[in-house]
Amino acid sequence: MKDNATIRAIIVDDEDLARQVIREMLKTHSEIEIVGECANGFDAVKSVAELKPDLMFLDVQMPKLDGFEVLELIGSEVAVIFATAYDEHAIRAFEVHAVDYLLKPFRAERLNDALLRAKERIGKKPAAGPDQLAAAARSAEFAERIVVKDGTRVHIFPAAKLDYAEAQDDYVALASQGKKYLKQQTISSLEASLDPKNFVRVHRSYLVNLERVSRLEPYGKDSHIAILSDGSRLPVSRAGLTRLKEFLGEKA
Amino acid sequence: MHPILSNFRRLLLYLSAWGPVSAILVYLFATIGGLSWGRAAALAVPLCLYYAIVCLSAWYSCRNSPAANSAAWLKHLAAALITSIVWVAVAKGLAIALSSFFQTFAGLDHQVSRVNPLLLGSGVFLYLLVVALFYILLSNEAAHEAARREIEAQSLARESELKALKTQVNPHFIFNCLNSISALTSSDPATAREMCIRLAEFLRKTLGLGERSQITLQEEMDLIHAYLSVEKMRFGARLKLEESIEPGTLLYSVPPLLLQPLVENAIRHGIATLTEGGWIRLEINNGTPGLLAIKVENNFDPEAPRRSGANIGLKNVRQRVDAMYASRAKFDVSAGEGRFQVSMQLPAQTA
Repeated sequence: MKDNATIRAIIVDDEDLARQVIREMLKTHSEIEIVGECANGFDAVKSVAELKPDLMFLDVQMPKLDGFEVLELIGSEVAVIFATAYDEHAIRAFEVHAVDYLLKPFRAERLNDALLRAKERIGKKPAAGPDQLAAAARSAEFAERIVVKDGTRVHIFPAAKLDYAEAQDDYVALASQGKKYLKQQTISSLEASLDPKNFVRVHRSYLVNLERVSRLEPYGKDSHIAILSDGSRLPVSRAGLTRLKEFLGEKA
Repeated sequence: MHPILSNFRRLLLYLSAWGPVSAILVYLFATIGGLSWGRAAALAVPLCLYYAIVCLSAWYSCRNSPAANSAAWLKHLAAALITSIVWVAVAKGLAIALSSFFQTFAGLDHQVSRVNPLLLGSGVFLYLLVVALFYILLSNEAAHEAARREIEAQSLARESELKALKTQVNPHFIFNCLNSISALTSSDPATAREMCIRLAEFLRKTLGLGERSQITLQEEMDLIHAYLSVEKMRFGARLKLEESIEPGTLLYSVPPLLLQPLVENAIRHGIATLTEGGWIRLEINNGTPGLLAIKVENNFDPEAPRRSGANIGLKNVRQRVDAMYASRAKFDVSAGEGRFQVSMQLPAQTA
């Protein structure tokens, strides 16, 4: 918080009237300053990066990126209050430590309760780490697409277009079609979000798309390297080799 | 219900079948019993009429014991014996009465004992014959009943299938509308009221039309317009609809809420994914002779996140078309290059 008295908020909803009702209800709260309004997920990610709000009102179903994808990209610095007509996302919302979950339409009193909770949350250490956010951002199914933030820009590509991923401390480097994207996520959490039939952990630090593996070569006395169709060479551990052979054998 | 007593025509048929039986009995009384033709007839005809009526009571025991049960036949045999013994006694009584009341029949009361074995034997035989007749009637009735039940079950299954598939208004649409109305109440009360009225009009139409099995395409289009007039208030300029409808096609009948879910899908998965808005194209025309061709097309953002409940409405419409028209209808869905298209061909029917 920049100032103890003001909370800087943004409202994210693709419907003008839905933003309007929140704006109007917030009028009675002089401590809240609305610093931005966004009509889609891209704008929301961009606005968070530029405006660094304390609080965000977030719809779930929106063009470009849905609310959970937005949350995955912006991290947990912002307190989030979901506002949606869909009650089926509530559990997921609390898994990503949303402050509250408002079901449209809602009363001003209900919004006030949410604000009280938000005030308790703001300024405290965020409860959810990036992995928790990523894990909850996907539903029960495996991720079909991968979202990455690069400054204020957002990249989206289908999971099938991911060639391999490399762990780099708190980040993973995602290689797709000759480009690399850095994302704040652990490789284990990435692995868990992808379909294990297509992606195999060949090394403590590497996850590979099976479709891209063109051949295996011995390397040193105990290890191998996997050569991908684009020529990339990835180290393969002994356990990784067993797993890889299992899958490649199955496919053959 | 007794199958013969309850039906006058059957009763007549049954009694007339006893005509030949009494003729045979007269013949047997005359030849084997040595009675004169007149006496044989005076005895046999009333006895047959009596026995015909007595045998009708066999129905009740037939109804309660299936023919496949051998114990039932033992029971019928015992009943046959008893009824024919009674019959012999009745014959005796009748002979006594005839001989005492009419001079011409004098001595008949003694002669009758000559036909006793004959009467007893034919009594058992005739009784069992009637039992067999009842069993035939019973199995006939059971077969009819089974066929009727099967048809009933089939039509019930179809009906319940259609009922289950009957599309309901997407509740999220209603919640989002109410949220928009809630937003408008203070900023623009007149528009809020207008939206309430439009939503009510749409819901009323849905309830009314959903009850019917077929409506005209005109009514479905009215429903779609009522729906779109509400959505236009939510999406504003983001929503564009193009209609191309061949004159005359609006008189055809279709199941209710067949197209509205497709238009709703186009909004949810099309226009709602596009920040700059999108379009829906609705084409209705006469396809190949005898067929009604309907096409709903919309653009969408292929990179948009998948929405929950994807294609439930579409699947439901497809299942309803299948259940209603089976192979007489065609249903195709195609997607590509940011366009989504549902096309169908239905039998062109008028109410």
